[in-house]
Amino acid sequence: MENPIDYIGIAGNKPKGKRPYFFDDPAVERVLNITMAVGMELAVARERIDTLERLLEEKGILSREEITNYVPTSKDIESQRQQWHSEYISRILRIVQQSMEEVKNPDKTLQEIADDINQM
Amino acid sequence: MAAKNLPPTYDKIAKHAVFPEMTHDEKARYNFIANLNKHLAHVSQGNALAFENEVKPAFKNEHGRDFNSKDELGDAMAKNLHYQSWSALRRCTMEMRQQAGRSLTYRQAAELKEKVDALNAGKDTLILNDDVSPPPYLQAVDNHLMPGSYHTELFEGDVCNAANYDGGLFVTTAGLLGRYSDGGGQAIAQWVKNENSHFQPKRILDIGCGMGHNTLPIAKLFPDAEVIGIDTGKPMLRYGHARAVALGYDNVKFMQVEASEMPFEDESFDWIQTTMFLHETGGKSIYNIMREIYRCLKPGGLTMHIEQPQYTDDMSMYEQWIRDWDAYNNSEPYWSKMHDIDPKDLMADCGFNPAEFMQIGVKAINDLDDGTQKSDEPEDHGRSPIWNVFGAWKK
Ligand SMILES: C[S@@+](CC[C@H](N)C(=O)[O-])C[C@H]1O[C@@H](n2cnc3c(N)ncnc32)[C@H](O)[C@@H]1O
Repeated sequence: MENPIDYIGIAGNKPKGKRPYFFDDPAVERVLNITMAVGMELAVARERIDTLERLLEEKGILSREEITNYVPTSKDIESQRQQWHSEYISRILRIVQQSMEEVKNPDKTLQEIADDINQM
Repeated sequence: MAAKNLPPTYDKIAKHAVFPEMTHDEKARYNFIANLNKHLAHVSQGNALAFENEVKPAFKNEHGRDFNSKDELGDAMAKNLHYQSWSALRRCTMEMRQQAGRSLTYRQAAELKEKVDALNAGKDTLILNDDVSPPPYLQAVDNHLMPGSYHTELFEGDVCNAANYDGGLFVTTAGLLGRYSDGGGQAIAQWVKNENSHFQPKRILDIGCGMGHNTLPIAKLFPDAEVIGIDTGKPMLRYGHARAVALGYDNVKFMQVEASEMPFEDESFDWIQTTMFLHETGGKSIYNIMREIYRCLKPGGLTMHIEQPQYTDDMSMYEQWIRDWDAYNNSEPYWSKMHDIDPKDLMADCGFNPAEFMQIGVKAINDLDDGTQKSDEPEDHGRSPIWNVFGAWKK
């Protein structure tokens, strides 16, 4: 028998009853719920890495101590790793970057731009 | 600070032939949620602090008096940032637990049905009845935010909600009820056996048995008894029966029966049990069900009900209010209303002799307790594994 269910959609169904919101602004709660889900997935990935490390150690491929004591062995590796951090942080804090750009360069609204374009 | 009272890792859960398969990451997700639940149980203490230190003084300052009612207290607490954060996170963890359990069970919906069907085939101990529908109160709400409640089948023979319940209980209770989450059932079975040695029940009924995890410990301690579990949820009965067969039980029958209209003869059971059931009924049904229990119980028979602790008069208004949190925010609406009924009156109204009424506390038996799960745990508003049990002998 083939799975008759769209399990991804079904998994997130809402239970009966109007959902209570606790923060003054429900948008805050929405963001919190998304953040917690992401936080959970990070914990899941972390547990998976832990499993990998332990298995690698058990099989004698490397030891966890080697991981702890690891230092980049070349300038190249150093910059690859630091670049990853830099890119990662920009990714999470995108909204802050954009608000700064907006402060620096106050923009017209899209309505205004539409009106402008209408004249072009 | 060393971490205390860590929940057991999910792999400690007892498995059986119909238990859902889980990937590494699905188990890790449950580990995260169990730990989050523990954490939230700890920071729930901040609600009482916020009440004493912030909310109550501010109200007194403004109005020159204390709170008059739970509603007034609740309105003031609802504006407190700690309470808001705790509540939002607690709602969130419950929703995440449902989503995690639903995605893993519905992913294998067809396999689960096939495994269950194979174990149930040809057995006369599973008795379904299409004429029995779930009571209206179960259709009005999805208790503890479980979409579809206990009865919904998304296709013929679907048992996912039961499998989801089985896999997730260990997470919501942070493993405190043992490997089979049956610590409550074990505790009541042992109490009946040890404290009442004259009592030799031959026919035992468990009302609202669900997937039967608390029914089986009774069948185990009373192997010569005929044990019947009833429920209105077909997925629970199908899955519960297959689970019992898989675990080697042959003295338990699972029947689709509505508790307020039982097809059993008068005075036909020695012991009628309910476990975490009455608070998920309704204001009229609870009386109908208790009357049915009285009718079906033999003279000299016993009925016991494991429930949430009652509210007592010496409990503060705040304590009563926070204990209602689950009623409204975890969709357990009757939990709060039931607290307005005195169980002694409930039983007396339904025929029991008030002189026979008894109330005891049982502590869940936890086969995972290795001494690190000690009782320095702060009490988490009715979610601790010490349960209130009330009941009576029919005399
Ligand atoms: C909270 S669960 C309790 C399950 C189990 N006894 C336990 O220990 O966890 C309540 C169960 O009672 C069932 N139920 C509720 N009202 C019922 C009724 N009137 N007749 C039969 N079953 C009912 C529900 O379908 C559900 O499976």
